[in-house]
Amino acid sequence: MDTSLDGNAAAGALGDLFVFDVTVAVSTCAICGDARPVAELRAYLDAPGIVLRCASCGAAQLRLVRSSDRAWLDLRGIQVLEIHSAATAE
Amino acid sequence: MRWLVATVAETVPETARVVTLRLDVPDWPSHRAGQHVDVRLTAEDGYSTQRSYSIASPPGSERLELTVERIDDGEVSPYLTTVADLGDQFELRGPIGGWFVWDGTDTAPVLLVGGGSGVVPLRAILRHHAASGSTAAMHLVYSARTLGDLIFRRELEALAGPRRAVTLTLTRESALDWAGHRGRVDAGLLAEVGWPPSVQPHCYVCGPTAFVEAVADALVGLGHEPGRIRTERFGPTGG
Repeated sequence: MDTSLDGNAAAGALGDLFVFDVTVAVSTCAICGDARPVAELRAYLDAPGIVLRCASCGAAQLRLVRSSDRAWLDLRGIQVLEIHSAATAE
Repeated sequence: MRWLVATVAETVPETARVVTLRLDVPDWPSHRAGQHVDVRLTAEDGYSTQRSYSIASPPGSERLELTVERIDDGEVSPYLTTVADLGDQFELRGPIGGWFVWDGTDTAPVLLVGGGSGVVPLRAILRHHAASGSTAAMHLVYSARTLGDLIFRRELEALAGPRRAVTLTLTRESALDWAGHRGRVDAGLLAEVGWPPSVQPHCYVCGPTAFVEAVADALVGLGHEPGRIRTERFGPTGG
């Protein structure tokens, strides 16, 4: 069974790293070019890390792994992140 | 985002499996209707686990409310629904998520579709709609398995009015005295009671993954723009 949730379920974990709510930013997939809010990516949270996959082609757009003292953030699957000014003004 | 300490001020049983916790959270920075929190429980040996829960209370309410369904093999919900009592404390952080929210500044019609405990963030939106005097037309379509599984039933029925419609449907039980709808939320029911695509409603769909996908597919099939449908999946189990 597909255990994915929506990207907005990852907002708490991503909020640790970004100074704005990255789930409302629009992400363009580096593989297929599909563009939609990070909140609407497929979120896989029941693993040692977090993976957000493209809702269109399934490519891994964002991977986040944390240890007690650092985080590894792999954004290879994101071509562009479009961030509305209102999101960073909060 | 900082972890805050929540203290249980009141517990309200909603159904056999669902409890609302009214919480005192010092320094709670208000929230938007539809947002969630992460709850973190830490055992004495240091083992820690967390889950996300939708906020049930509208912005500006006196206490933060979480309405939680007990998942028997879950790690967090059994504590929140059966153990947590007045004065108990746990950690939470929030409010989280700026996507699945409704602020009341938009006057476009709104269709809310909830399955099971997926009604929780939609209840916050519906109450915010009532409290803010919004002129947007709002319609909640909510399905539960049985009459006894309907969360907030009386409150939702009381919230119905000229600008707020509430449609309840039962998927499993055929209670003799039930005059409402029966069966799942499908294209037929949405076409019968929901907004037509021509009025371009904002659609918010929340519930278990299979429910959300079936409803979102049905809405797209009826002609609603995918870009106007916002979803929140609870996953197959929750926890």
